[in-house]
Amino acid sequence: MSITPNEVKKIAHLARMSISSEEVERYAHDLSGILDLVERMNQADVQGIEPMAHPLDMNQRLRVDSVSESDQREQLQACAPAVENGLFLVPKVIE
Amino acid sequence: MSALHQLSLRELRALLEQKQISALELAQHFLGRVHTHDAALNSFVNLSEERALADARRADELLAAGQGGALTGIPLAHKDIFCTQGTKTSCGSRMLDNFIAPYNATVVERLQAAGTVMLGKLNMDEFAMGSTSESSFYGATKNPWDTQAVPGGSSGGSAAAIAAGLTPLATGTDTGGSIRQPAAYCGITGLKPTYGRVSRFGMIAYASSLDQGGPMARCAEDCAWLLNAMAGFDERDSTSSEQPTEDYVAQLNADLSGLKIGLPREYFGAGLDAGVAQAIEAAMAEFRRLGAEVREVSLPNSELAIPAYYVIAPAEASSNLSRFDGVRFGHRCAAPKDLTDLYERSRAEGFGDEVKRRIMIGTYALSSGYYDAYYLKAQRVRRMIADDFARALSEVDVIMGPVAPGVAPNLGESLKDPVAMYLSDIYTVPVNLAGLPALSLPAGFSQGRPVGLQIIGKAFAESRLLNIAHQFQQVTDWHRQMPQAFV
Repeated sequence: MSITPNEVKKIAHLARMSISSEEVERYAHDLSGILDLVERMNQADVQGIEPMAHPLDMNQRLRVDSVSESDQREQLQACAPAVENGLFLVPKVIE
Repeated sequence: MSALHQLSLRELRALLEQKQISALELAQHFLGRVHTHDAALNSFVNLSEERALADARRADELLAAGQGGALTGIPLAHKDIFCTQGTKTSCGSRMLDNFIAPYNATVVERLQAAGTVMLGKLNMDEFAMGSTSESSFYGATKNPWDTQAVPGGSSGGSAAAIAAGLTPLATGTDTGGSIRQPAAYCGITGLKPTYGRVSRFGMIAYASSLDQGGPMARCAEDCAWLLNAMAGFDERDSTSSEQPTEDYVAQLNADLSGLKIGLPREYFGAGLDAGVAQAIEAAMAEFRRLGAEVREVSLPNSELAIPAYYVIAPAEASSNLSRFDGVRFGHRCAAPKDLTDLYERSRAEGFGDEVKRRIMIGTYALSSGYYDAYYLKAQRVRRMIADDFARALSEVDVIMGPVAPGVAPNLGESLKDPVAMYLSDIYTVPVNLAGLPALSLPAGFSQGRPVGLQIIGKAFAESRLLNIAHQFQQVTDWHRQMPQAFV
């Protein structure tokens, strides 16, 4: 299976990563190689086999629905690129 | 007497208890070794000297008061994937080059409570994606046995630092072999516990259904002491196991007679280095002398593991790494013109090549119209692989085989062809898909580079694996050998 340069641009956009035109060709080549590897799965007959989402088939635990976290806003925002009055700053979204 | 960096944990503890050495002197010894030797290896990304000395002074107080535990005053270093409050936690990435963790990983917290002395943080493949420790933003780590060779990855800094005697203990993480393969390439011992045995809280996520933290040290006994402090239920990790832990040291001396060892015929086919095969064969002879019985087993779907892994791991990674958006923490590009530009350039600048490849593969596999053909199919294959192990482990107690098809490759060799590098994880990846525990221990040399033996067990059989490895290490001395340049 080969991935076209156009598909690479589309995937990069879905993943929100800008990609230069020189890189597109290289990624198309690399990703196609990885998909060739992945498609070796197709030799397997998986009919009737239950998909395995968790290695030990454990059930997801639920916690009690009560407040368990204290306010750590300042501590958690200390490493943010831009904050003001406890809010994360981003470029203007709504005109 | 051997030098301090050649002693086992038990020997170091005896010296501390008998007051022949203080925790402070021990910390200074290892910090000094990092200063002398790490320029040749690049195994540390961050040396936290002040913190280490403070930890050591506290340990000395506890020891003086007779309140020391098994790990009080013992130096260790963490793979830089574990969040350490107040110090940089980079995960080997430019994305987190400015990230000071606001909290401790559970593993870090537990080891701190056990009285260990943190020397610093260890180099790794960026976001744990790689098999050579060359994809780090901070440059490649080198193998102490031959600085032209890679140490393996992704926990390559951990393995190299232990092999060179820069730290007696280290933490690692293993998503597709990242503890076992560097342990093998550097001639040390490393254990990937059962999925859920060690908390993932504060361990930066790569592929959450596969990631597992574990101990790395020179010998199995040291790994057992370290696992005792690391393992156990953690309510902050939603997939943490509630299965009670054991004292992993208690069974180390159990006799191996009657042990049934299975060798999967699929692990000894074409592509296996002759020197590696020879070392494994010699190890089996040793186990027979210890009273074990060796027979062949089959894991018929082994070849499907790498293809399935390169769907599941990248799919989970693409989702996990979406948190790096340039907004809340991590790298942000300069002067973004709008929000999309902020996301796209921050991520393009922050992530390296291998991480981008895996994010894109995962994004593709999960994109509309492809889910059934890739992700769902890979999950079905995953069950076939888990069923293979269940069948084989109903016939034998443990499975043994090589950790990797060859010894450590030269630096740069694996970067030419990512797919060839992926295929070298053929004996380790299936274990992660099945969630089982597996251990790597030194079993000889091929072409002058260390060979690792892998022991795979049933879920939660960590105690048994450590016992088997420890018994092997009572009759062999591969784990005591050190690279000449670092003796």
